[in-house]
Amino acid sequence: MLLAIFLLPMTGYISTGFATADQEVQQTNPRADYWRLVRDNSEGYSAVTGRETNELIQSSGQNWRQLRNGPIATFGSWILGFTLAVLALFYIWRGQVPLTHPRTGQTVERWTLNERRIHWVTAGLFLVLAITGLSLLYGRAVLIPLFGHHGFSAYAELAKLAHNILGPVFMIGLLSMLVHWFKQNFFSKVDLDWFKAFGGMIGDNHPSAGKLNGGEKLWFWSLATAGIALCLSGLVLDFPNFDQEREIIQISHLIHVITALALIAFAFGHIYIGTVGTEGALEGMVTGQVDTAWAQQHHDLWLQELQQQKPKSD
Amino acid sequence: MARMKFLCDAERCIECNSCVTACKNEHEVPWGVNRRRVVTLDDGVPGEKSISVACMHCSDAPCQAVCPVDCFYTTEDGVVLHDKDICIGCGYCFYACPFGAPQYPQEGAFGARGKMDKCTFCAGGPEEDNSAEELEKYGRNRLAEGKLPLCAEMCSTKALLAGDGDVVSQLFRDRVVRREGRPDTWGWNTAYKD
Repeated sequence: MLLAIFLLPMTGYISTGFATADQEVQQTNPRADYWRLVRDNSEGYSAVTGRETNELIQSSGQNWRQLRNGPIATFGSWILGFTLAVLALFYIWRGQVPLTHPRTGQTVERWTLNERRIHWVTAGLFLVLAITGLSLLYGRAVLIPLFGHHGFSAYAELAKLAHNILGPVFMIGLLSMLVHWFKQNFFSKVDLDWFKAFGGMIGDNHPSAGKLNGGEKLWFWSLATAGIALCLSGLVLDFPNFDQEREIIQISHLIHVITALALIAFAFGHIYIGTVGTEGALEGMVTGQVDTAWAQQHHDLWLQELQQQKPKSD
Repeated sequence: MARMKFLCDAERCIECNSCVTACKNEHEVPWGVNRRRVVTLDDGVPGEKSISVACMHCSDAPCQAVCPVDCFYTTEDGVVLHDKDICIGCGYCFYACPFGAPQYPQEGAFGARGKMDKCTFCAGGPEEDNSAEELEKYGRNRLAEGKLPLCAEMCSTKALLAGDGDVVSQLFRDRVVRREGRPDTWGWNTAYKD
């Protein structure tokens, strides 16, 4: 009995003895093989169920961290700052592009009520999403020194909630705009000449344009490409309940940040031209009506078209 | 000053999951969150190996680097902790962590994340040591009581070691010398720069 108590637990040594005898045949170091499996993010088995709980080391998060904290945050701030600086300098140099002819007092409808609604809802959401999104990227560097950790955290929690809820609403607005204005946004020869003349931003001559000029079409197609990528990557990030893998989340996040920064920079230009940059531009999107003098200066072909349609309009 | 580290000896771990259970019970971890887990590679084939993994309390912690609200801090013992009062549950630490340590209790529809929860090396959080608030948010603070993490203390084969990095590595080194194998200090080089 006593002998059995000592011997039975030792049977383990027999089996490991056999196991090591087998291993001697192998060419590679089994421990190195094992470590290679770990580093390759190989899937194993874990009794703890959940998203990727059966993986040991997921290395692509390191790349995500380097890209987000490094080039994206750095170049992003440069691009936004550079755009703002260029617009400010341009305003100082050129000032507001004035109307070349006095107002006629006659107006034409440029944007219908529905178009204006859709524009302002989407624009408002864009601003909220841009501010809350930038807060998550730059808040730690800029806002924590101002508000302190707890103050910024309280804001960031609301910002996260707003961003996550309003994101899909923005997507609906963006898609409606893209569908609604799709047909009017194909580039033509006129737009090429418009770009060659810098859209009348420089010099006194204003190049010809239809209802939408080259710049507006470029903004449309930026939204139709980067904007869609922004929305789709946002959906991946917004709904963690589908157990997406981290690698997909990381890639989506990078796409989301890059497209967002590019569109915010473009939006700076869009907002500048639509407000302080051009006399009479904002009223089109506010009241829906523009003066025929403005229409003649900026969208002459569109005005001609309108006048041909309704020669006896009041 | 001690530099706290975890080390799991793959030659010894038998995938009993007592570390997981001990941790879950000691800290009353929220539903759906496991601060520690055991992963078995080559499960069921000869040479299968198991590893117990949790937060590795990295020197240059990726979670800390990407946190938008800067809620992480490293204690004097090299333990990476976070402040749940500041955490907003954005998920970035989970994107960045190589070990899958940060987890979130589900809060609201569509898997919306609550405040992040992860291994504290049994060192609690920023609240007063062993206070009721600390227990509620982060679990027990065994380090403040002069004890080491319970997962390692409970490990039946002493595969999982936790404590001062110098002591832990010396223990492991002795083991390796004795069993004449190549070291496989799991995750060590990824987590610890010094």
